[in-house]
Amino acid sequence: MSSVSATIQEVFNEPGCAKNQNKSEAEKKKGCTKQLQPGGAAGGCAFDGAKIALQPLTDVAHLVHGPIACEGNSWDNRGAKSSGSQIWRTGFTTDINETDVVFGGEKRLFKSIKEIIEKYNPPAVFVYQTCVPAMIGDDIDAVCKAAKEKFGTPVIPVNSPGFVGPKNLGNKLAGEAILQHVIGTEEPEYTTPYDINIIGEYNLSGELWQVKPLLDELGIRILACISGDGRYKDVAASHRAKAAMMVCSKAMINVARKMEERYDIPFFEGSFYGIQDSSDSLREIARMLIERGADPELMDRTEAIIEREEARAWAAIAKYKPRFKDKKVLLITGGVKSWSVVAALQEAGLELVGTSVKKSTKEDKERIKELMGQDAHMIDDMTPREMYKMLKDAKADIMLSGGRSQFIALKAAMPWLDINQERHHAYMGYVGMVKLVEEIDKALYNPIWEQVRKPAPWDNPANNWQNRAIAEMEAEAAALAADPVAAEKARRSKKICNCKSVDLGTIEDAIAAHGLTTVEGVRTHTNASGGCGACSVRIEEIFEARGLVPAEEPELDPIAAEAKRRAKKVCNCKSVDVGAIEDAIHAGASNLADVKAQTKASSGCGGCAERIEEMLDAAASTSVPATLVAAE
Amino acid sequence: MAKFVQGKKACAVNPLKMSQPIGGALAFMGLRGAMPLLHGSQGCTSFGLVLFVRHFKEAIPLQTTAMSEVATVLGGLDNVEQAVLNIYNRTKPEIIGICSTGVTETKGDDVDGYIKLIRDKYPQLADFPMVYVSTPDFKGAFQDGWEKTVEKMVQVLVKKPEPDATPDPKRVNVLPGSHLSPGDLDELRTILEDFGLEPSFLPDLAGSLDGHIPDDFTPTTIGGISVQEVAAMGQASWTIAIGEQMRAAAEAMQKKTGIPYRLFERLCGLGPNDEFFMFLSEISGREVPRKYRRQRGQLVDAMLDAHFHLGGRKLAIGAEPDLLYDVASMLHEMGTHITTAVTTTQSPVFEKLPAEEVLLGDLEDLETLAKERGCDLLLTHSHGRQAAERLNIPFHRIGIPMFDRIGAGHRMIAGYRGTRELIFTLANLCIADHEANHEVTPDTWKNPWDGDGHGHSHAPAATPTHGSAVSTAHH
Repeated sequence: MSSVSATIQEVFNEPGCAKNQNKSEAEKKKGCTKQLQPGGAAGGCAFDGAKIALQPLTDVAHLVHGPIACEGNSWDNRGAKSSGSQIWRTGFTTDINETDVVFGGEKRLFKSIKEIIEKYNPPAVFVYQTCVPAMIGDDIDAVCKAAKEKFGTPVIPVNSPGFVGPKNLGNKLAGEAILQHVIGTEEPEYTTPYDINIIGEYNLSGELWQVKPLLDELGIRILACISGDGRYKDVAASHRAKAAMMVCSKAMINVARKMEERYDIPFFEGSFYGIQDSSDSLREIARMLIERGADPELMDRTEAIIEREEARAWAAIAKYKPRFKDKKVLLITGGVKSWSVVAALQEAGLELVGTSVKKSTKEDKERIKELMGQDAHMIDDMTPREMYKMLKDAKADIMLSGGRSQFIALKAAMPWLDINQERHHAYMGYVGMVKLVEEIDKALYNPIWEQVRKPAPWDNPANNWQNRAIAEMEAEAAALAADPVAAEKARRSKKICNCKSVDLGTIEDAIAAHGLTTVEGVRTHTNASGGCGACSVRIEEIFEARGLVPAEEPELDPIAAEAKRRAKKVCNCKSVDVGAIEDAIHAGASNLADVKAQTKASSGCGGCAERIEEMLDAAASTSVPATLVAAE
Repeated sequence: MAKFVQGKKACAVNPLKMSQPIGGALAFMGLRGAMPLLHGSQGCTSFGLVLFVRHFKEAIPLQTTAMSEVATVLGGLDNVEQAVLNIYNRTKPEIIGICSTGVTETKGDDVDGYIKLIRDKYPQLADFPMVYVSTPDFKGAFQDGWEKTVEKMVQVLVKKPEPDATPDPKRVNVLPGSHLSPGDLDELRTILEDFGLEPSFLPDLAGSLDGHIPDDFTPTTIGGISVQEVAAMGQASWTIAIGEQMRAAAEAMQKKTGIPYRLFERLCGLGPNDEFFMFLSEISGREVPRKYRRQRGQLVDAMLDAHFHLGGRKLAIGAEPDLLYDVASMLHEMGTHITTAVTTTQSPVFEKLPAEEVLLGDLEDLETLAKERGCDLLLTHSHGRQAAERLNIPFHRIGIPMFDRIGAGHRMIAGYRGTRELIFTLANLCIADHEANHEVTPDTWKNPWDGDGHGHSHAPAATPTHGSAVSTAHH
């Protein structure tokens, strides 16, 4: 297991992960080992995450080494699509029994691999470790190695047993497995200057095929998609791509970043959700390929296609705009990045009344604020009743969310649309955006709502459960309004840190009692943000609300202070600090592209581009007078 | 009659089986205000949760002790304690039902001991209903988890009646197996009530997972039998157990309360229902109501209409023992051959199954054997869809999970009416298959002696026998 823990540590130290960047050293060491709350957790495990990330590799046999629960209860449950082999949808498991638990399951695993290769002859077998064999000490790495030597087929161990952590961690451990055992192990038949990798895209509902025709038209080849509709050989040879696009950063950032480090494949973080995002991503792909040697005319063709596709999409969406006038959407999403969906819906003229930020990073939150205005109603953790009230108060006409919260909307007789993994429709690219709008329209205007909302003739409508729920909530609110003490108590009891179960009152008291000014201080005194660290943003907001800006360390001497100022990270992906960028500007860099070329800053996820623009502006404004003088 | 055969493969391909803990969890979901809790890593719960959500299309109460790697090694007392406290404080359940998993069984957590410690430590939990069942993932199957859980509920929750208490002649306990849907339970309840009986179902999924619009938001189960009603089951005069899997629970009931039981291995088919209705007539002292006499006639007519289509079909069925036995036996009575039967766990009912063998295996076995033996009707859960596509034979979903069609909770197999519905569905499926894949063309009999002879394995459906009879008719 030591190698698993080592890999986990490495994943936690991922410099490309914005979430980790927001953490202190101590937090980073702890990694993402968010302590799950017994009796209050509902997510998938690390094994689930690893399987989700790799299973869309369509020609691979995915073998789960464990008791029946791990595969038997969950197999063939993903909406990814394949253009060829269906073996990925075949459920393989060692289904270990009591005897295996006592004597070890390695022999059964080896035999299973043998049977799979004999019967199905896949180009590779992926073996997933689970909790029970991990506990009894089955060494899947050794078994995989032996099987590979014996049968000549690559057998890849994926060490991500469920109890090491949550789904998200499993995604990354899966990434490590292919980095270690797959990528770079084969060579492509040929290469072109137009070869790209797409990382973190799963081809759910076949959505990749909504975009691929455009790339085909441009002559851009997807050398490998990791992992949607992917082939083993393509992934094995993916290290020869010229550039990469990373679609879902949280899942596979380690793959993108390490491929850049090892094989010099630059990547950017992009999205094909929404029109603007699609265009930006196409442009970025073209730009990167040109930078890596493709013919610059590619950009002209790209622009032409963007113009044509945007015009088509807008024309199709324009028809819906009058129908969406004054319609409000409540968006609760984890999987698809909130901000990209927000932008997409606004393009269709819908008004957003809230969005979930549960899985968003600080940077995501900033982007949402930017798109929706400062007063965006961000919902961290609404209770079902609150969600219902929000829908009911006519604040929302439709709810868009993942499958789990759908019943709140449907039982409340409210239109609902699935936008997470389990959805049946594909929403990517220009056509996908039109499809999303079409589906929202269909849901909003379905005549069923009118009928299901009518009470039964013998019912007393004043006494149905919906009205009772509202009445209860109003009574609670009224009681609080009438009782300032209780209201204050309710305000103070709001949970800030979910991991360590710390409420607002405790934090406020600690701030007052110890004169705290930093998140670290709060952590020391209350333990808040000592878990996953996601609430550090909320703690900063408490400081802001109290008129305190989280303070830096006490004054340093001017030289040390300047050194500290210059050492501040601007670009987390490429680890570029203020000083390096300032030096580049001094040396003549006058725009973002120059800075990027000289320092590599903003060539990762691109999230720091704005910061760099600000630095350029600041530098330009100080030098303006000089330029004017020179001109005269 | 059927020989029970163990598969010899090391690797299960396309599992038919699901694990014990979630079978146990589903049984707990038939209690009102219940929160089932799986003692294991969070994935154990998450997979089960998703499975049930996709099957029932309902919100599913299911919690986890969220065992981490470290907690697993050190033992899960803290996690069980925290989980119980959190659930107790947050969701205010009437009962918490705990099932172990592979992880915690491998470690050997003594959950009964934990519960005792927790009760001692927290006075508010001293008498709070909590039931623990040992359900390791690496043993048995879904049905076994259900079986053990209902047995344990009877042992723990049912109160021993006072020695001088006289049983209430109207009250009847019903212990339904996991092969019955909420729709079946609703049907049975109506039937029993029509005999003037007052049934208590344990578990009662019809109250919780029948897909109704609830009266309020609740994080626990939204219906089902209450803990108090279970406690009072000792006052009944009879226990009716449905499915061989319920024998243990019925015996536990008898041992504790002295109530006699009658076990009905099947409730699908004409004969089993005749027995069932006559038994009800006997214990209630009432004649079978007109309504059911009429339903019996309808079933007989349906069987007559359908036998043209189902007779001679070769069935490939993959299901848990009681469901397999019930449905396959009914089809056998319709003239269908039980050519391939694959199941998940051992059961004594197979001795009575009119088939040569039952294989303990997976859907790969089912598919391979169905192909080898030329089966032309496939019955299993939704995961059989890929096999059905490859085999290109009519496919009907039975059992859990059924995630790619809606209304799983209301599909019936029990009673005269449930049987009638199932027969119509299957016959229509065969008719549609014939239209889509085996319509005769001018070429159908062109080379009747070549190989498999162009659709001869699916000769016109109205012809009870295949192949040669049809061909000879043309010569």
